[in-house]
Amino acid sequence: MKPAAFTYHRGRDVDGVTRLLRELGEDAKVLAGGQSLVPMMNFRLARPQHLVDIAGLRELVGIHNDPDGALRIGALTTHHAVETAPSTRVGRNHAVVREAMRWVGHLPIRTRGTVGGSLAHADATAEWCLLAILLDAQLTVRGPDGERAVPAADFFHGYFTTALDSDELLTEIVFPRPAPHSALTEFAERHGDFATVSAAVSLDLAEDGDTVRGARIVLGGVDALPVRCPEAEAVLSRDRPGTGGVLDECAEAAAEHIDPPSDDNGSAHYRRLLTRTLVRRACEEAMTR
Amino acid sequence: MTTEPKPSDGSLIGASVARQEDPRLVSGRGRFTDDLRLPGMLYAQFVRSRVAHGTVTSLDLAPVLEVPGVVAAYSADDLKLVDITARLDRPVSEFVPTGMPVLARDRVRYAGEPLAVVVARDPYAAEDGVEAAKVEYDLRQPVTSAAQALAPEATLVHDEAPANTLLDVSMFATEGIDEVFAEAGHVVTVNTSTGRQNALPLETRGAVAEWDDRDRQLSLTTSSQVPHQVRTVAAACLGMDESAVRVIVPDMGGGFGLKCVVGREEIVTAAAALRLRRPVKWTEDRKDALTASFLGREQHYDARAAFSAEGRLLALDADIVCDMGAYSCYPFTAGIEPMMASSEMPSVYRLPAYRVRARAVTTNKAPSAPYRGVSRPQYVQVVERLFERAARELGMDAVELRRRNLITEFPYTGVNNVTYDPGSYLESLNLCEQTMRDEGWYELRERAAAEGRHLGIGYSCFSERTGYGSKAFAQRKMEVVPGFDISEVRMDVSGALVVTTGTMSHGQSHETTFAQIAASELGLELSRVRVHQGDTNRVTYGWGTYASRSVSIGGSAVRRAARQLGEKLCAIAAARWDVPVAEVELGRAAVRHRADGAQLTFAELADVAYLKSHLLPPELEPGLSETASFDVSTDGTFSNATHGTVVELHPGTGQVEILRYVCVEDCGVAINPRVVDGQTRGGIAQGVAGALFERITYDDQGEPSATSFMDYKVPTALETPEVSVHHLETPCAFTETGAKGVGEGGTIGAPAAVLNAVNDALTPTGVELDSTPVTPETVARALEHAS
Amino acid sequence: MTASTPPHSTAQYENSQLVSLQVNGETYEVVTEARRTLADVLRQDLGLTGTHLACEHGICGACTVLLDGAPARACLMFAAQAEGSAVRTVESLADGEELSDLQQAFSDHHGLQCGFCTSGFLMLAEGFLAERPEPSRAEIRETVASNLCRCTGYQTIVDAIEDCATKRRAAFQAQLDGESP
Repeated sequence: MKPAAFTYHRGRDVDGVTRLLRELGEDAKVLAGGQSLVPMMNFRLARPQHLVDIAGLRELVGIHNDPDGALRIGALTTHHAVETAPSTRVGRNHAVVREAMRWVGHLPIRTRGTVGGSLAHADATAEWCLLAILLDAQLTVRGPDGERAVPAADFFHGYFTTALDSDELLTEIVFPRPAPHSALTEFAERHGDFATVSAAVSLDLAEDGDTVRGARIVLGGVDALPVRCPEAEAVLSRDRPGTGGVLDECAEAAAEHIDPPSDDNGSAHYRRLLTRTLVRRACEEAMTR
Repeated sequence: MTTEPKPSDGSLIGASVARQEDPRLVSGRGRFTDDLRLPGMLYAQFVRSRVAHGTVTSLDLAPVLEVPGVVAAYSADDLKLVDITARLDRPVSEFVPTGMPVLARDRVRYAGEPLAVVVARDPYAAEDGVEAAKVEYDLRQPVTSAAQALAPEATLVHDEAPANTLLDVSMFATEGIDEVFAEAGHVVTVNTSTGRQNALPLETRGAVAEWDDRDRQLSLTTSSQVPHQVRTVAAACLGMDESAVRVIVPDMGGGFGLKCVVGREEIVTAAAALRLRRPVKWTEDRKDALTASFLGREQHYDARAAFSAEGRLLALDADIVCDMGAYSCYPFTAGIEPMMASSEMPSVYRLPAYRVRARAVTTNKAPSAPYRGVSRPQYVQVVERLFERAARELGMDAVELRRRNLITEFPYTGVNNVTYDPGSYLESLNLCEQTMRDEGWYELRERAAAEGRHLGIGYSCFSERTGYGSKAFAQRKMEVVPGFDISEVRMDVSGALVVTTGTMSHGQSHETTFAQIAASELGLELSRVRVHQGDTNRVTYGWGTYASRSVSIGGSAVRRAARQLGEKLCAIAAARWDVPVAEVELGRAAVRHRADGAQLTFAELADVAYLKSHLLPPELEPGLSETASFDVSTDGTFSNATHGTVVELHPGTGQVEILRYVCVEDCGVAINPRVVDGQTRGGIAQGVAGALFERITYDDQGEPSATSFMDYKVPTALETPEVSVHHLETPCAFTETGAKGVGEGGTIGAPAAVLNAVNDALTPTGVELDSTPVTPETVARALEHAS
Repeated sequence: MTASTPPHSTAQYENSQLVSLQVNGETYEVVTEARRTLADVLRQDLGLTGTHLACEHGICGACTVLLDGAPARACLMFAAQAEGSAVRTVESLADGEELSDLQQAFSDHHGLQCGFCTSGFLMLAEGFLAERPEPSRAEIRETVASNLCRCTGYQTIVDAIEDCATKRRAAFQAQLDGESP
């Protein structure tokens, strides 16, 4: 389990990296924290000819609050930095982002793994992918020809594939709006593993605290991409979730919306059962925030 | 007799002293096989079969040699090694011996089987070389389950083994048993399958081999529980004298049985080093450890038990099929699991009638080795399920039903012709149940049920034969008969001790516990006793560490040798004082004259024995070294325990949460109670893993499901329960220390206890689960069934 | 068969590079292939064999070291990535024969049997306690769940870390009390 040979390049700044990526073409891979890429290389399931290490791009590290309430996180920020960010950086309005971090692998993975790496790797059960869809994030992408902003909904294309071109670098994720009533929860047979199913819920609550003006529900582990469940979201906007049976109906709508796979981690039937449980649980947690 | 254990008389037996192993291991100064780095060393890796069953039509290693860094590549044709063949002394109708080629020649029988070795200047280049090999196969239909193996017209894994059956024995069949079943008031059945598991020592297998020109010896450093057996096989495969092979086992990162058989790769590593006359290292990677080393545990039971209306166990009838994979392991053979199950299945209960048929079938999967507990976790699971089911049918409390049937009078000779030495079967059950009651779990269970929650309490009772002597192994008709062990105890000129043992500690703390035994015998400080193991040049002979045999047999040999040395020290002192030996006795690191209290320290006596031997009387040889062996001439000794556990099932996910785990164990005299706790807890963790998490399945092409720790779910600290261990002590009458052995018990009792607790929690659903692992999905579906 | 042209020159690899590493306070310069992991360079090039490898895909944690104080998997990093960071391995814990409080706690609580996973757990705990000196037992257990142990059942590892944390807090408090007038 030793990786195949490659040429190592150390990036110094974003422009230099994107130019290098264009030069190297499809044979190159960007190396950030390496917590997903290196295991695949050790198994020789990934064998890039060139690795471009971007860890030195310190401008991509950081957590910022904009005056308009947006939360901006640099692509090279580690999961652990988000997890331990002071509330002045990741406040109540984005608590879900910080709290989701405890589901990401384990401490020694979180100290190295990065936000951008996780998004660019695009595992459909990864917490950052769910958060991006849930909170309608904008992903900032830079290539040799300039910068573009990609809405999360357009970023993920399928299993491990994204809107990133081979010469582009994800530089930042922006959560544009406050999302105080949000929660993410998961189930895996063993702690720290990728979830069998994960569910994230974000509610736009009226002043009364229990009328829902709008809701987003996103599931992981049920398809090649994080999946939104409009029918389930509609249930929450239609009736107050506090009233009897509404959460059950919402959970059921989510379970009916999906067409999950059957594999060694669980059958489609079981993933639907987990979906009901987790959607319900996430709704309850989101309500009480 | 049962007493609470305590350190007696100030000796070190029964004291939880600090481990002598620890300082180096917590400092990163342990020396494990892969830590070795020799001048000019090369690195080996294996070309392995990509298919589960086929004929190799072409194996082209020429491209491998073009890879930068590769030094050599060898196939079976290049090395011409003798097959490894494990045999039983049984007729072909019962056992079919099959050779395991050290490198596969024309046939491959599992995905991952080694075909060729690549030797390179570093491990990275070795893998590059492996990738360059070109192998072509004619595919054969893979046999991927026991059912498929036994089906009429099944493809044969070994042409010489009809019906893919390597062993088929009916060791016991009480006359009239059919009538007992026909007339019994209650007959219950259990059909169980248990998952294929990997014992999973955290250190994978590995070896470093070099030809030592000065000693004219092959030096083979390898991570093995059985150094002397590796020497025997290496010598045979390579066509060398045994004395031309030295096997060294340094620190070892666990074994759990997986390393008590001889591996093919360690032999190939040796052959490559001999060819090249350079040191060669092989370190198994995790992918190969999961897919291509040794597995175990995959068994199927079709069992029934007859009970009287009063709850007396009347008869047990079992048909057992063990899926042993592609080859018989050396030295135990593919018979290891079925024969263990056959001879021990009556367990801790008085059983008047018993019939068993057990088979080892061969399939296109990585072969099986003994794994901690060997079949006992499975048959205990089956027997304990039978008791639970019978209790339900009889409308009786399952603990009470066990109580009525436990063996209470010792020695007890069972229907399986085994004589059980005294144990605390009933006491351990009573104490375990009482602990659960005192802690209020029964009330909690009731309250939870009222709230619609699913709490369950489960128990398992078992005993574990630990001191397998040569007599017991011979009864299995192994051609290689393990049993005894040898220890040499040597005092140096300064009065310190070196103890050798043929057992091979790999986490069991023998450097500490064996030192405790020797130090106590001679009144020495622990720090002045060094235990040496794992070197066939230094240790006369030994059978290694497995089957919880080390402290009972190896420890007894140590005590005997130490006692003999004490006698010699006394004899020297008596001679110096010119008094009869009866007038002297051992004191603290000294020999004392009983009457006048005069003392000669060990250092003073050693000075005479080595440096002033002219002072010795003619009947005493110079030097201070004594050797003793120990074997068990009875059926062995039995440790016992009761496990009790409380689980909660979570309906929304099917998760099984273990709320409480209590183990009441009796391993005779505990040399070091903290070590006993450690063995017990660690064993339970592995038992829980088997009950709830770990399983390797194969698809219809024979591809294993688990190639990484993503797929093979070894439990972490969050899935593993905390365990309270209570000790009872029924000393063994015939081991030298009264100790019985404790290595496997935890693993044996856990699956049954957990499974019983899960079923207890499932009572309202009417669903019963008998097979393991019990996955969350299984539980979720059972709970859905109810609602 | 044996390779006909012995590929023995050190220049055989196109992708070798000079890597400068700070390990346990010492600076090392290593010429190594880019693909060599930090774990392999520590073990094979620097002879620091206390860091163990048991899965090489980041799950078991036997290779856990501290990188600028934070626990990290040495099997999931190329050596070049560690340039500019301070690496600490298990060899840095003891002062000669004097074990550190954490090492002593592992021994006192029988938190190791075969000892193969131990280095990883020690470095995990060392990094964790530095960041969270007052953890709850549940937090310790969750962190211990980062690594795999096959021998102990984890309970005594949790005990050892908890005991070490308690003693460190007591020592810190005693120091404060001693300093206050």
